[in-house]
Amino acid sequence: MSKTTVHHAGNRLFLAAVVLACVWVLVPIYLLLINALSAPAEVTGFPKWFWPSFDLASIRFFLGFKGVTAALWSSVQVAVLTMVMAIGTGAPAGYALARFDFPGKQVFRFLVVMTRAFPLPLLALPLAVLFIRVGLDDTVLGLALVHTTLALPFAVLITYSLFSGIPYELEEAALTLGCNRVQAFFKVVMPLAAPGIAASAVFAFVVSWNEVFAAAVLTIEHRTLTAFLLQSLDVSPLPLKFAGGAALVVPALVFIFAVRKYLFAMWGIANR
Amino acid sequence: MTFDHIRSAALAAAVLTMAGPALAEPLFWSTQAKPVEETQRMREQVMAGFPGGVDYQPSDEGPWITRIQAEAQAGSGTIAVLGGLHGDLSSLGAMLVDLSSIDTSAVGAAMLELGQLGTGEQKYIPWMQATYLMVANKKALPYLPAGADLNALTYDQMIAWTKALAEGTGGPKFGFPAGPKGLKHRFFQGFLLPAYTGSTVTEFRSAEAEGAWNVFKELWKYTNPASTGYGFMQEQLLTDEVWVAFDHVARIADAFNQRPDDFVAFPAPAGPKGRAFMPVLAGIAVPTTAPDQAQSLALIEYMLRPETQIATLRATNFFPVIATEIPADMPPSVRASAAAIAAMTGAPDALPALLPMGLGDKGGQFSQIYTDTFERIVLNGQPVRAVLDEEAAVLRALMVEANAPCWAPDLASDGPCPVK
Amino acid sequence: MPRLLPYLLLAPATAFLCLFFLYPFSLVAIDSLTRDGTWSLANFERMAGHWKFGPTLRNTLLLAAIVVPLQLTLALLMASMVTRLDRARGMVLYIFAIPLGISDLAAGLVWLAIFEQSGFLNSALSGLGLIDTPQLFLGYQSKGVIFTAVVLTELWRATAIMMVILVAGMGLIPKEYGEAAEVFGASRWQRFRRITLPLLKPSLQTALILRVIMAFEVFAVVLALGGTNLPVLMSETYNWQFTMQERGVAAAYAMVILAISVGFTVLILRLLHVPKEARP
Repeated sequence: MSKTTVHHAGNRLFLAAVVLACVWVLVPIYLLLINALSAPAEVTGFPKWFWPSFDLASIRFFLGFKGVTAALWSSVQVAVLTMVMAIGTGAPAGYALARFDFPGKQVFRFLVVMTRAFPLPLLALPLAVLFIRVGLDDTVLGLALVHTTLALPFAVLITYSLFSGIPYELEEAALTLGCNRVQAFFKVVMPLAAPGIAASAVFAFVVSWNEVFAAAVLTIEHRTLTAFLLQSLDVSPLPLKFAGGAALVVPALVFIFAVRKYLFAMWGIANR
Repeated sequence: MTFDHIRSAALAAAVLTMAGPALAEPLFWSTQAKPVEETQRMREQVMAGFPGGVDYQPSDEGPWITRIQAEAQAGSGTIAVLGGLHGDLSSLGAMLVDLSSIDTSAVGAAMLELGQLGTGEQKYIPWMQATYLMVANKKALPYLPAGADLNALTYDQMIAWTKALAEGTGGPKFGFPAGPKGLKHRFFQGFLLPAYTGSTVTEFRSAEAEGAWNVFKELWKYTNPASTGYGFMQEQLLTDEVWVAFDHVARIADAFNQRPDDFVAFPAPAGPKGRAFMPVLAGIAVPTTAPDQAQSLALIEYMLRPETQIATLRATNFFPVIATEIPADMPPSVRASAAAIAAMTGAPDALPALLPMGLGDKGGQFSQIYTDTFERIVLNGQPVRAVLDEEAAVLRALMVEANAPCWAPDLASDGPCPVK
Repeated sequence: MPRLLPYLLLAPATAFLCLFFLYPFSLVAIDSLTRDGTWSLANFERMAGHWKFGPTLRNTLLLAAIVVPLQLTLALLMASMVTRLDRARGMVLYIFAIPLGISDLAAGLVWLAIFEQSGFLNSALSGLGLIDTPQLFLGYQSKGVIFTAVVLTELWRATAIMMVILVAGMGLIPKEYGEAAEVFGASRWQRFRRITLPLLKPSLQTALILRVIMAFEVFAVVLALGGTNLPVLMSETYNWQFTMQERGVAAAYAMVILAISVGFTVLILRLLHVPKEARP
């Protein structure tokens, strides 16, 4: 009896903590949306209201901005291409790192980490020269290649930690049961790793979506939404800053929402 | 039905790809008119009149310069016309074609000389001009010291005024754009130091310069400490965070356009040597890698037309570089700043300071010296004398390295501009 | 088993990294080590001799030292919450993952709207009658407050990345281990310490490495909230590259960022070493 009471109190505390964590994440987003949905005078006024007045002038400005839809489309293309290429090249590498010991393994890992640790704006100049020379300049593919390089460390390291978490015995069992290596991978390992792979795909998407510098240098006709909006936001009037910020954040939120069931499934595998 | 869809889509795609090169709009790669509304107006009101249209792309200085360098290194490019401030363009000398063939008879000679970047060629053509002004919320006017004339303030009166404001309202109400994107260095180069020393470079470490920095330290006491994050003073003016501010006319425009009746613009204060002020000059240039030189030149000529210059003023708050009648129906920001600029340049004690000349790609490092001096003296409280001596050594070395002779208000020099 | 298989699997990623990272990187590295076409350490000397280098390095390291451990704790907490929930797990996980989609520029924008003088925090405080006039939080004299604001923003923005990696890792820990321990009377904390944490090492490693590296490249948030008050390595790299146009010195800064990142990666790999025989 007393044990269940303790349990109940613990549960209530736990739920309170969950709610608190959700509030912590959501409040800044809510504030961004308030500012995006309020009239300019309210955005600059003080004290601020905590409820939007649903003045859509600022948002409408962005929707009517010439080239926004084309930029949105470019962004989606680049991000999807990045996602596919990052997982396509990153997941095999992660698997190799997790399953095999071989000379050169440490060198590869360092190469991966270095990629992430070097400031991109400095790499943009030699990359742009290379791209102009080979004709990749101002193409969706060219930018996706650069973004893939940025997203690869995530893909490699995350899939590596996933694959090393999946017991090798499972694969061995499949091999003894007559599967070949490829079958064993796709029948046994893949279903377990799929949600984690989806998570690293989400990373790849988000990395590409939010990248400004390379996008601003390497695309002209095919500007991504971020290069198109974000780099001019910090010099724009306050109400437009927030509306533009929201215009960038909302598609990313929709994307994460759309793939949430994969994130959700990540837990599902623990109940195997 | 579906088949029809596919066929028309394929047809449209074919037409688009075929029409692509023929319709190529010249790419105008610019650091100006970056705020989204200005970009919109540039595209819709200024560029729309050019036959075939223009692809106007503003970008941050970082991507802007990186793209230009990349095209120059690769030896081929897509940029047709470059737009930027004098400081942006002055590092590009070797990558720009000579524009002497453009008819510039309507443009002032001093501006054209800046555009030569110390070479014999016309590296850029002046595009639009502006300057910096003071702005006050009308609520601040009752705190003006007795007998002070808003159009003829001195730095001492400024300090008295901001002091009265800080004490009367319970907090400092002067705002200064000292943030990472703020144009603070131009204030020290073109306003404060010349007003006290009559010089930007030569008298950098003089006793008068020491005095000027002490004056600024005094003013800083009544300056909103959040100023180190400010970039565009129109924001803090509109939120009433500051009541008096100094900034570029394009960066205060929004305050006047949103609440025209609440603000006044007025000239920069004067010091013992006069009312120093510095212009802002933006130019247009053609890179050697431009795909179609003839088209680029045509676009530059288009930008210099009186009606284009007036449309540019409306769009960006930058004034024409040619003598032309400015219509009466201008936005409130243009009307307010035009009056204040006239008062400043026409003041009996006016002391114009020119933009740095002949520094090439050292322009950024030149400005950094003034920014560093400010941060060390004012923000970190280091002794004025010692900082000036140290930074003067850096400045001297830089002038020698760039081999840049003096420019106004410094007296002309034979070799590199000396730092006494 | 064919010897070549691992190399075959690594080949596409390696090709990618060589072409799009190693090639441009080596050009920049050469930039950092040459001056006017000859090999020299002048760029590094100029960098280290500038009065801002010391504070810049200190700020960056201090920020990472404070943010990363806090973030690790928070991410572990949030990941445990998600794994323990029965209902609404998908929704909570989604909410926790939201900051993933928000760029550092946008995050700086939102948090500046909270902390600035006419911002939401002041509005709330004055609405509750706690203050009469808006307080100044981000003034240049109150570096501690600026620092705290940056830490909060970084916590908010970048915890999600660690959290998602840890949730994925926790999902792979067989439930039976925990159940067995529960039968033997292990408390929740004991189970976490003795079972979850050790088995989570590969994910912890990954999450920490990725996060620490990003911490040394912190930039947009610091700029938005701190202005010029909190120079960090990345902001100085930008400054030298684009404002001062000294590419060599900027490259030197980039090499410093790289060296610190690699150093910490080695440290994390050592500390969280997963012995071969202990792997599941």
